[in-house]
Formats: sequence, structure tokens, C-alpha cells
Amino acid sequence: MTLPDDDSLPRDNGNLVFDAPWHARALGIAVALVDKLGLPWDAFRQRLMDEIAADPQRPYYDSWGKALESMVLDLDLATPAALDAATPTERAPL
Amino acid sequence: MAADHHHPADLAPIEARVAAIESVLVEKGILDTDAVDAIVTHLEENLGPMNGAQVVARAWTDPAFKEHLLDDATAAIDSLGFGGPQGEHMVVVENTPEVHNIVVCTLCSCYPWPTLGLPPKWYKEPAYRARAVREPRKLLAEMGTLVSDDVEIRVWDSSSEARYLVLPMRPDGTDEMSIGELAAMVTRDSMIGVQRL
Repeated sequence: MTLPDDDSLPRDNGNLVFDAPWHARALGIAVALVDKLGLPWDAFRQRLMDEIAADPQRPYYDSWGKALESMVLDLDLATPAALDAATPTERAPL
Repeated sequence: MAADHHHPADLAPIEARVAAIESVLVEKGILDTDAVDAIVTHLEENLGPMNGAQVVARAWTDPAFKEHLLDDATAAIDSLGFGGPQGEHMVVVENTPEVHNIVVCTLCSCYPWPTLGLPPKWYKEPAYRARAVREPRKLLAEMGTLVSDDVEIRVWDSSSEARYLVLPMRPDGTDEMSIGELAAMVTRDSMIGVQRL
């Protein structure tokens, strides 16, 4: 196991946490959804833990996206077919 | 800018999937994009280590607050106005000349958002999550933080039941400083425990 590259090691008080706008969006969707449905954060966190455990080397926000998809499907908020057919929302960068 | 316009066709599969999820949820009226954006903006702009730094500076200067903080961190932090999602079940652990504390979330990325903001990238990496437990002294040294062998290192595994924040030691020579000056010295990394002030 190796450390992440030097630039990502903590040496200052920097705040950069998202590598890509969709990371921020994925996080915002999960937080908004849990809040909207009145669920405990654990409802999402458990799925995130499971996705990370299933593939520890997968990029973090890929696991986050997988966890979000599994939550949405299990709660019957969408079907795989609906997701396949959806036109991704055009969004300006946050 | 038009030249940089990000067409859906250019999206990586997982990015496209997340966009599709958002699209479906919005279409069904479960979410609206403004709410999602507002959450991200709030996280980025209003939450962050500057809040935790105020908690630490207050603890350094107010013994009664420090006692409250170590006894019931959630309530003490909330009394300063830094509560909210991911700020429940806070536990503050105090560094002393004999003990150095370091925080990790071994299973995912539990982290106190109201006081520290969102976790830095390295906090979520497998390397940090594994090595903080297995060889914290070596990891800290590689991060530029040397902890001598006579200082005990305690590793705290954050979860949704307990989110840890390190109370760093107040640096020497700061007796005359105002609480604002003290807060300005406190770094995010010192409150995770990967840095000493």
C-alpha cells in the first residue's frame, strides 16, 4: 500500500475537497435526498461503507455514486431502466 | 464558456450515472437542483476548519468551556453555533505532553462537517485509512509530524456514533494573544491530529 501522491498529503489548511464538479453534486444529492426522506445519515453511510469495502481501491466518489444508485433503486425512487433512459441534467459547474 | 461546454456524451460512466440519478429525482419532484446546489454551497462556504479553530481557541482561553467540551462536545460546540448534519455525537480528545491523538475513519469518511468542513482527499484514501491504525507514528512522520517515542499515540476511529476532533496543545509563547489570533493559528490538520502546532 502506498501513500497518495505528495501533493495530497496534508501540509496546510487548504480546503480543496472536490476534484471534479460532479463530486460536489454527488455529495449534494445524497445529503439532500437523505434530508428530504427524513432518513438517518446512516442509511447512506452504510451503503458507502459497503461499496468501499467491495472495491477498496476504487476512487472514492465512484463508490459514492454506486452507493447513491443502490439507495435510489432500493427505495424504489427509480428503476435501472429509468436511469438508463434519463438524459443527464445539463448543469453549469457549481 | 461555450468552448468548454460539457456535453453529457463526454461524461465518464459514473458521472453520467450520478447525473441521471439527479435528473430522475428532479423529474419526479423528489429533489430540486437548487436544493442540491444550496447544500454544496453551504458546505463549501459556511462550514470549515475556521469553525473548529474557534472551538479550540475558546477551549484554550476558557477553562469552563474546555471542561464542557471534553465532557459533552456536541453540546459545547453547538453552544457556539456550529451544529447541524454530521455534527452530532462529537467527541473531543485532548493532546497533552504525554498523549498525541489522531483521527481516522477506517470504513468510509466520517468527519465533523460543521467544525472541519468536508474531509480532505487524503482522509478518504485507503492508504491513510489503513496506515493511521497500523503504523500511525510512521505515517505521521511521513506527513512531517514527528512524535517522539515517549509520547503515546492514540488512534480514534470516527463513525456516525462518534466523530472525533483533536484539541491540540496551545503553543508556547501565546499567552498575550487574543482569541482571534489564537484561532488563526489552529489548522485543520492539527484538529485531525496529523499536525502539531
